[in-house]
Amino acid sequence: MNSQKTLLSLTVNGRERDDVVADNLLLVDYLREVVGLTGTKIGCDGGECGACTVLVDGRGRHSCLTMAAAMQGRTVETVEALAESGCLSPIQRGFNEKLGAQCGFCTPGMIMAAEGLLRANPDPDIDEIRAGMASNICRCTGYIKIIEAVQMAAEELAS
Amino acid sequence: MSIAGEPTAARSEGPVTSIGVRAPLVDGPEKVVGKALYAADFIEQSALVGRILRAPVAHANIMRLDTSKAEQLPGVVAIVTGDDVEKPYGVLPIAMNEYAPAKGRVRYRGEPVAAVAAVDVATAQRALDLIEIEYDELPAYFTAAAARADGAMSLHEERPGNIERDVHFELGEVEAGFAAADLVREQSFHNGEIFQVQSEPHATYAEYDAERDRLTVRPSTQVPYYVHLMLARTMNMPKANIRVIKPHIGGGFGCRTETLHIELICGLLARKAEGAVRLVASREETFITHRGRPETDTRLKIGLTREGRITAIECETVQRGGAYSGYGIVTILYAGSMIYGIYDVETVKYTGYRVLTNTPPCGAMRGHGTVNTRFAFEALLDSMATELGLDPFAVRRQNLLQAPTMTANDLLVNSYGLPECIDWAEKASGWKERKGNLEPGRGLGMACSHYISGASKPKHWTGEPHATVNLKLDFDGGVTLLTGAAEIGQGSSTVLVQCVAEVLGVDMSRIRIIASDSAITPKDNGSYSSRVTYMVGNAAIDAAEKLRGLLIDAAARKLEVRPDAVDCLGEIYRAGSQDAGLTFDEVALEALCDVGTVTVSGNFSTLPESHGGRKYRGAAIGGTMAFSYAAQVVEVSVDEDTGEIHVEKVWVAHDCGRALNPLSVEGQVQGSVWMGMGQAMTEETSFHKGLLVSGNMLDYRVPTIVESPPIEVGIIECADPHGPFGAKEAGEGSLSSFLPALVNAVADAIGVRATELPLTPERVLELIEKKKKAARMAQAAE
Repeated sequence: MNSQKTLLSLTVNGRERDDVVADNLLLVDYLREVVGLTGTKIGCDGGECGACTVLVDGRGRHSCLTMAAAMQGRTVETVEALAESGCLSPIQRGFNEKLGAQCGFCTPGMIMAAEGLLRANPDPDIDEIRAGMASNICRCTGYIKIIEAVQMAAEELAS
Repeated sequence: MSIAGEPTAARSEGPVTSIGVRAPLVDGPEKVVGKALYAADFIEQSALVGRILRAPVAHANIMRLDTSKAEQLPGVVAIVTGDDVEKPYGVLPIAMNEYAPAKGRVRYRGEPVAAVAAVDVATAQRALDLIEIEYDELPAYFTAAAARADGAMSLHEERPGNIERDVHFELGEVEAGFAAADLVREQSFHNGEIFQVQSEPHATYAEYDAERDRLTVRPSTQVPYYVHLMLARTMNMPKANIRVIKPHIGGGFGCRTETLHIELICGLLARKAEGAVRLVASREETFITHRGRPETDTRLKIGLTREGRITAIECETVQRGGAYSGYGIVTILYAGSMIYGIYDVETVKYTGYRVLTNTPPCGAMRGHGTVNTRFAFEALLDSMATELGLDPFAVRRQNLLQAPTMTANDLLVNSYGLPECIDWAEKASGWKERKGNLEPGRGLGMACSHYISGASKPKHWTGEPHATVNLKLDFDGGVTLLTGAAEIGQGSSTVLVQCVAEVLGVDMSRIRIIASDSAITPKDNGSYSSRVTYMVGNAAIDAAEKLRGLLIDAAARKLEVRPDAVDCLGEIYRAGSQDAGLTFDEVALEALCDVGTVTVSGNFSTLPESHGGRKYRGAAIGGTMAFSYAAQVVEVSVDEDTGEIHVEKVWVAHDCGRALNPLSVEGQVQGSVWMGMGQAMTEETSFHKGLLVSGNMLDYRVPTIVESPPIEVGIIECADPHGPFGAKEAGEGSLSSFLPALVNAVADAIGVRATELPLTPERVLELIEKKKKAARMAQAAE
């Protein structure tokens, strides 16, 4: 391998890390294969399904369309970061209790998209939920229970 | 809300109810925290990367295949080709004709011809580029018509004329039936080829232990048992040396109900490399591996009396099956046999042709074989009802079955909730008040459908029960449920835990489940044909009843009473209401006395009368213990300028016998209806000279959250006498009625009747243009 490498310093799920990464390494592959966080999924060949959605500096982003080396000094959050003291976060609880997850494969991306949405807009109406989750494909639910899951989380966060 | 005077205090200890409860999935928490491991998540540093070389031509003999340069590339550990396999594989014992990798000849573009295991992706990819292959191209056929044409070369010698199977039956006097009708109409329908697009691309992780000749495989499959059989067959290994462990599965919808080349090639690579191989397919490769619903042409003729009674049906179906047999024979049989089982019709003539073509093989997609026929039937029935001035609901009510009954093709109908489904959909949608009174461009349409609760005759007939569940009770008082049933996201593990908890009267948290590890769990045929709740659910109940009996006996010994004097209250076993009783843990320890850890086994077998008939070849297909029923109303608005259809709302009633988990039933029904919406409106597979050009999720458009409508579910509980707590299937039956309900709604909205799906804006505009032209011609003629 003769690709260029970068010393990448960033924060992943609250922990600072330094890794030497190839400049052509995708963020999703960095998270899954270097850091070992396999919660973030790959569901397509690039930018089509949203299963790889993570938060970068608090905003939703396709980690399959992002270079790891571009994360220099930034903060990355994955689905593994959300559970608080081992218990489900409000969004995770919403997806679990409302059956927003069936097969669960799109779920980490869905949950991170919802996390990004609710941080920016804690009280979204149904159209805002639809717009906020529009780049994430689910093939099991027909999205109805995903919308209910996000609504339940928003209510719990508000109370 | 409590009523004054009624006791409101929490009830004293008694059995916990787990059936009919909106239970979240038992494996939900690991999915939402990201800890659930899917096949591609086994990332070991020592594992090799597997990559597949795929044919760039649609039909050719392989004249030369030279891997020597690739083998010399540093970092390449193993290369496999067709020379490494002796036997073909396939899901039907009577139709195995596929090799992985291909042996001597390729029959579709993208078929695997070789595979590499190397230290990393880049090396594996370079190795593929170094493999030299010469092809001698053969004529290729991309449509059923081309493959059936005179003089076409046969893809498989044993399938002359490229007919995988032709089906012919006539039950009753069809000509007499049409003669007795007041209205006879005939119409051709077309359905595009569609694909499951389950969220998880295919992947397998395989580890070979060269010292002991043992193989452990983690495949993304719905049928671990079939994968096990096919690995043993194609790798010529003893079955006992193979262990198949199903990881979490990211959906399937039927594309994983047969062994795929991914897992077979991964096994071969691991053995040849004498190590571990991780083979992860791209989304495009997952599309190419296919096993979706075939492109279908249906010619349908129905006879109706003035009152709307069906007098006769004639149906001819042609399916473009793809290059290998797969499930093809079964699919073309379902397309005919399932004309029956929903309405009171005796007289049916069916002709079906399953055609082999140089396209990726189709398979058993959700609603297997039934969907495109049901679309044609319910759409034509609707237009005939309109012509006769009859309400579509009234026409269905004219043709209801009376259960229990046997259909003319010997399908057992033991429970029948269609009348209740129809009533619910009519009422919930406000049909009577709203139909005909909507604003311009809006319309309502309805349709009905049904599906089996498990195929009663298994494909691999071995004489075993259809399902076996083991329960282990140990010193800790925990009950471990061991099942081969493949949890793929549909909630099979949850429903089995519910069944066992209900019989024992304990909280679901006392039950833990281990599913689908061939070294530990009893064999199960897998998750297909909506068999798990019905068959494995019944086996789980049988096992739990046996365990309950053992616990009652143990409690009786300890309490020094007769077993029939013991009250089982779930967590407490006692003799008489004054007795403090024994805790579950105390009873469990007593049950272990003298015998040690207890394992009980429960079984389920189908009734012989549910096995389908013998009136024509293949008549067993359609035989089931119970049918689910569904009726739905779809409301649309259509923009006549853009041709865009917007689904405003769907009301769907589904008769699942008994909703063991109403939350899960809703999820399944909504998912089914929505998947039907994709097929009806946007999804279509397209090829250019055999090259799959829709092999990504942008060109193959599944609906996003933006255009997905609210779907209101009415659960109808018409208990089945043999179902687990009365339950029937919930995950497939309401898919197919969406398609005709949409087309009927569009007809109501703008007065054009679509016969080709998907109903894209382009097709809508064409239909509108045709209507305008016909109106102009009629005006000119006046």
